[in-house]
Amino acid sequence: MTNSSRLLHRAIAMGVLASVAILVGRPAIAADAVSRAEMPPDALVQSVSSEVLEKIKSDPALHSGDFSKLQKLIDEKVAPYVDFDRMTRLSVGHGWRDASPEQREALTREFRTLLVRTYSGAMSRVTDHQVKMRPFRAQPTDTDVIVRTQVAPSNGDPIALDYRLEKTDAGWKIYDVTILGVSLVENFRNSFASEVSQGGVDGLIKALTDRNKQLAAANGKS
Amino acid sequence: MTGAADCIGLRSARCAIAVGALLLAGCATVPPDAGKNPRDPYERVNRQVFAFNDKFDKYFMKPLAQGYEAVLPHAIRLCLSNGFSNMSEIRNAVNDILQIKPAGFATDTGRLVINSTLGGAGCFDIATRMGLDRRHEDFGLTFARWGLNTGPYLVLPVLGPSDVRDGIGLIPDSYTSPIGYIFPVVARNAVLGVYLIDTRAALLDATSLIEQAALDPYQFTRDAYFQHRTSLQYEGNPPTPRLEDDSGESGPGATKAKPAQPPPPDQR
Repeated sequence: MTNSSRLLHRAIAMGVLASVAILVGRPAIAADAVSRAEMPPDALVQSVSSEVLEKIKSDPALHSGDFSKLQKLIDEKVAPYVDFDRMTRLSVGHGWRDASPEQREALTREFRTLLVRTYSGAMSRVTDHQVKMRPFRAQPTDTDVIVRTQVAPSNGDPIALDYRLEKTDAGWKIYDVTILGVSLVENFRNSFASEVSQGGVDGLIKALTDRNKQLAAANGKS
Repeated sequence: MTGAADCIGLRSARCAIAVGALLLAGCATVPPDAGKNPRDPYERVNRQVFAFNDKFDKYFMKPLAQGYEAVLPHAIRLCLSNGFSNMSEIRNAVNDILQIKPAGFATDTGRLVINSTLGGAGCFDIATRMGLDRRHEDFGLTFARWGLNTGPYLVLPVLGPSDVRDGIGLIPDSYTSPIGYIFPVVARNAVLGVYLIDTRAALLDATSLIEQAALDPYQFTRDAYFQHRTSLQYEGNPPTPRLEDDSGESGPGATKAKPAQPPPPDQR
């Protein structure tokens, strides 16, 4: 493999890892969520990502890939800062217009589950990773910004991990994660569009559901 | 062309196995709209090669890489990995010159000198600790700097995702690798083999995750490849295209608490 394709693969892995962000269920209102609503976007990303990495490093159950526990962690620590609805809408794109309310709900639910499952697998591999912030350039009046970070194991290449955030009434919310230049939303858009063109919105829902079932079976075994 | 493996200097027996496997793997599912993507007119062929690479990896490279991880202590693997990375600084530096990037050239040659000496012939990555971060340049990026477009997507046997421009770039790049100048050829192939296994071992965690996340791993890898190359072209700070919200839904329901508000383009 070429060096760049090696990086690419790691990028994708980290991407999945990064969907850290994205995951998630009913927003659990944690106490710290309130104060973080006031935070500027770069401070928010730094605070959330360091906290999640620290938790995983310090808890053996999370480290060994306890799925339900990881999911709970993400629900509490990451979900409140992610606009999951918007991510699903952006990823589904054109297909969203034709989808019924029931289909939209199913899409959001299955997409979330897919990301939660892949993410839990990725997070169990976190060992000695550190988050470093890269220079943040934005005007105070901006409502849509990119926060650039690096995630690095103590030995090894750092992975560029960027978050796109939008200002909402409830504070800044993440709506995309870019890993080594690969945007998760943009990539899912392409594959979702291709599923929709082949099997309609129902085809996409089925593809997501099937994938989730496969992953559930695989998780059960390990 | 005598088969993929030959191109990268593996021995001919393995090469024969590889070609045989390619024939066996010729049953990849090709979606009906294959080739419609303007960036991927050769999708039908690419999917076959992708399927072959997948099998080649599953039955050959991955088991080797797992064995390699199991047998060698972490410190030795890290040393080898840093050593290979150190050799690639020559490629980086050559391409810095061709792209007229003096700062990059200074970083890459600085890294090469420091790691080759203080770093014990590349075994330790001292330069990164000194603040000289690892970069990546190659001939594909040089071509890009010179104004060439990527051309169609290509999946190269064994080597994986590429495109016409970057694939051609691999040829001049191969001359910048010290591995190519090792004699006798047996020793060269041995080093090359370790290099490939080292590279694969670095990916052990990664690949199973791709399988999980992607609905269609072929498409996922392809789109990620192009995005990633664009990012490299801009040294990690590519212009960020606005994500079009063409869901036709920006009002009540889906967007909580927010009226339709076009996000400002954040291109800088």
